[in-house]
Amino acid sequence: MTAVPAGPDRPAGPAASPGPEAPGVPGAPGVPGTAGPLLAARGVSVFFPVGSQLVARLRHEERLLRAVDGVNLEIGRGETLALVGESGSGKSTLALALAGLRPVDHGEIQFDGRVLPASRSRADRRRIQMVFQDPYSSLNPRLTVGGMLRELLRVHHVVPRTEVDSYSEELLSLVGLDTGALSAYPRQFSGGQRQRVAIARALALRPDVLIADEPVSALDVSVQATILNLLRDLQGDLGLTLLLISHNLAVVRHLCDRVAVMYLGRIIEVAPTEQLFSAPRHPYTRGLLAAIPRLTESARDGGAPAIAGDPPSPLRIPSGCRFRTRCPIAQPRCEHDDPALAISPDDPRHLAACHFAFAPVPATSIADRDKEGPP
Amino acid sequence: MSENVLEVRDLHVRIASRRGTVRAVDGVSFEVPRGEAVGLVGESGSGKSMTLRAILGVLPPEAKVTSGQILLDGVDLVTLGSAELNRIRGPRLSMIFQEPMSALNPVMRVGRQIAEGPQVHLGHSRARAAERALELMHRVGIPDPERRFRAYPHEFSGGMRQRVMIAIALSCDPEIILCDEPTTALDVTIQDQILRLLAQLCRESGVSLVFVTHDLPVVAQVCQHIAVMYGGQLVERGDVREVLLDPRHPYTLGLVRSAPDFEYVRESLVPIPGSPPSLITPPAGCRFHPRCAFVEEDCRVTETPLRLLPGGRATACLHHERCREAVAADRARP
Amino acid sequence: MSAVTVTDGAGPPAASPAPADRAQRRAARRWYRQPALMAGIVIIGVILGLAIAAPLLTSYSPIVQNLNATLQGPSAHHLLGTDQLGRDTWTRLLYGLRVDLRIAFIAVLFPFVLGTILGCLAGYFGGWVDVIIMRLVDIVVAFPFYVLVIALVFVLGPGERSIYIAITAIGWVSYARIIRGEILVAKRQDYVLAAQAGGLSSLRIMGRHLLPNVITQAIIYAMSDIVQDILAIVTLGYFGLGVPPPTADLGSMINDGQNFLSTHWQLTTIPGLVVVIVGLGLSLIGDGLADLLRPGQS
Repeated sequence: MTAVPAGPDRPAGPAASPGPEAPGVPGAPGVPGTAGPLLAARGVSVFFPVGSQLVARLRHEERLLRAVDGVNLEIGRGETLALVGESGSGKSTLALALAGLRPVDHGEIQFDGRVLPASRSRADRRRIQMVFQDPYSSLNPRLTVGGMLRELLRVHHVVPRTEVDSYSEELLSLVGLDTGALSAYPRQFSGGQRQRVAIARALALRPDVLIADEPVSALDVSVQATILNLLRDLQGDLGLTLLLISHNLAVVRHLCDRVAVMYLGRIIEVAPTEQLFSAPRHPYTRGLLAAIPRLTESARDGGAPAIAGDPPSPLRIPSGCRFRTRCPIAQPRCEHDDPALAISPDDPRHLAACHFAFAPVPATSIADRDKEGPP
Repeated sequence: MSENVLEVRDLHVRIASRRGTVRAVDGVSFEVPRGEAVGLVGESGSGKSMTLRAILGVLPPEAKVTSGQILLDGVDLVTLGSAELNRIRGPRLSMIFQEPMSALNPVMRVGRQIAEGPQVHLGHSRARAAERALELMHRVGIPDPERRFRAYPHEFSGGMRQRVMIAIALSCDPEIILCDEPTTALDVTIQDQILRLLAQLCRESGVSLVFVTHDLPVVAQVCQHIAVMYGGQLVERGDVREVLLDPRHPYTLGLVRSAPDFEYVRESLVPIPGSPPSLITPPAGCRFHPRCAFVEEDCRVTETPLRLLPGGRATACLHHERCREAVAADRARP
Repeated sequence: MSAVTVTDGAGPPAASPAPADRAQRRAARRWYRQPALMAGIVIIGVILGLAIAAPLLTSYSPIVQNLNATLQGPSAHHLLGTDQLGRDTWTRLLYGLRVDLRIAFIAVLFPFVLGTILGCLAGYFGGWVDVIIMRLVDIVVAFPFYVLVIALVFVLGPGERSIYIAITAIGWVSYARIIRGEILVAKRQDYVLAAQAGGLSSLRIMGRHLLPNVITQAIIYAMSDIVQDILAIVTLGYFGLGVPPPTADLGSMINDGQNFLSTHWQLTTIPGLVVVIVGLGLSLIGDGLADLLRPGQS
């Protein structure tokens, strides 16, 4: 389990002003002194049992897929945090756990300092809403947009019954759809329009936090821009706290204040956006950034890929540092010593889980010594 | 040996549908020089995949090439019967797809799938083909090829499966490989590996590529040339760096501006307004005109075939200097 | 790459969806065009028409005996002749259809409802609910259908009520399995997650979000199930476990007629033929519906 140097224990109530050990809160925009993160994951793990658990117990093995393996994360009120990672990193599972759509096996989710129980109350559910990746499966094909919104509004008594329709119309105009959409079925909309409906639905309950899981990955490039701009505008206008899950770092750069990078179920780096892009500290983050195709460089010029090899299977996570099997600067120490998230001496908001994140790397590394391999 | 391994000339593909004839590919021409890679870029419905399928000869039953030529080393593939097409296709032309899991046979061992091509098309013996397969697996960077030879596709990761597909595509030593969004479904670090692999193969063995994608920077990684498609037609063509950094068609400009890009962190991403044109009744004149910010009167009526520009580029825009001005203005902004 | 265009209208702030009526008209047109569906509808329509209009089509009573006119062949007075007790065959056919069709339609409804509910609970909640329900399914399925039905009706005594109870107790399993399977898939759809995130109750999610989207498979199955039920009722009637005499019923007609197979074959064959035709019609409807409602319709 990574040990995050946490701030002073925060009971539900006004907390002391956060010291340098409380990442995420100082410097987060729109946080006028309200201490304590709005949404936090503390030591969260989510496992998927694989295969026969009976056999596993008999053999004293663990047949578990550790999708999320001991994650600490905090999101301050009003900030936009990006959760970035490739497939198998656990980012979507973590998002579902935060949204209360997947039970956690260890750890807890806190909202405004209060622990959220496994089975959330209706009032709690209102506070955290989600937009999903696939616009084609996130809307019930049998309900009109209006029907969908009405149901949510009525069940939660968000507005008096007489105002439900006008409120629904307001929601639609907020996301750039006209009122005709209320009586339309999802099949009549394009992908980008469906995502807008999904955003309207998520906003209907006036949530405090919006979790967007790859909201534009399934859309054409020119449409992505519209939705991203919309999210950014909404965040500004409504003061939303936004958690954006994405595998596309370029998208993240346009929208987010801070970025957390995940690898094989753990957060391996967290930093304010520009710092992450200009001075990444974890070798994986560096590789991820280097791997992004650019207009100016070309693969044709030769050169090794940013990160070689395949990610290990989440069923067999490497001992010690989980990135060591692909790390260009891996050392003998990395095999048994699992690095915790360490704070940068220069900036308390920047953390990285690498023994050499803020220290010089020894001259030769394991990777140098046994160099071989495919491009 | 001509300098172009593939020449597509005025290709037209029509699809019969209930609602009318869909002009999926409407007069597309481009060349693929030997040993070089051409990127075919466009969004859904632009006709880029249909073009690729027409070249390979695997159009869906409702679609037909109604006119034009596809010259592979001078031989027009459109005129060939299916037996001849098969003979030519295997050894000289191959394809890799977006979803390796659906392109690979799930119940056949990987080694056999790679060896199949040489056995069928080149008449290799089983042993010789297997040897070749091992060689190829090594070449595309599959670790431990002797053991993996007998594995099934589902035992491989996404990136590894894509490497298997590339090995299959290379198995008969083709002159040209058609790539239909091969890295779209892959993680960015794996995509990086695969793109470098493709670029390396291009360089080392002189195989040409036609690379279809909607992702602009990816094209820049692998291709020397780019052809941008819109509404079934080509709207711009040229050297990839030139076209992406100095676009001469408003659609290309729009694509560049609306993509969250690494180089320019813009304040706001600029989407392209409107939606793609109907391929059954496309707009008159320039097909992009309903969505174009620089539209003028003549755009609505004049047909817009590609016109050559100095330096070997081509654009279909009647007012392409407006793009230059826009790009300069973009750059001037702090 | 799919050929469906996914880009949208982004420019003017108010983006509107495609008109609904065009899509619906397209769906309606396809409905007429299905030959299987239309043939089935025609057949069943005729049969239903005959059954409903029975009193108008014949003046005889199906149960009153007329021992002076037994075993007559077709004639002007008796379209299809009479049976061994002098009852008009045509009349008995029409009234028998009424009885059997009514029982079949009702008998398919109870298992449908029960099976759907149990399957939905099993699929949605999983866990021990699923285990218990599925073990029940396993138990029922272990017995051959007719053995169980006949045994139950025998124990409960012949008559309509017993038929309903027996068929319901056995027939629910198919629906449960179908619905459970569909729900297992459907509940992974993002819109279900969204409904859960929205704090909607499980009951509401199952009833309003899941079932409407999965019920079509059960309906298609119900069509073939009606055929099976009709056969079951006819079989029970044949064994004398169906509707008690003297009520006209296709099964008992077949049974009665088999004693006269060599001389008056029409007494057995005609009701048999009618059963086949009804079965055919319902199957055609089922096939047609399956084609129409096949997933992949946008």
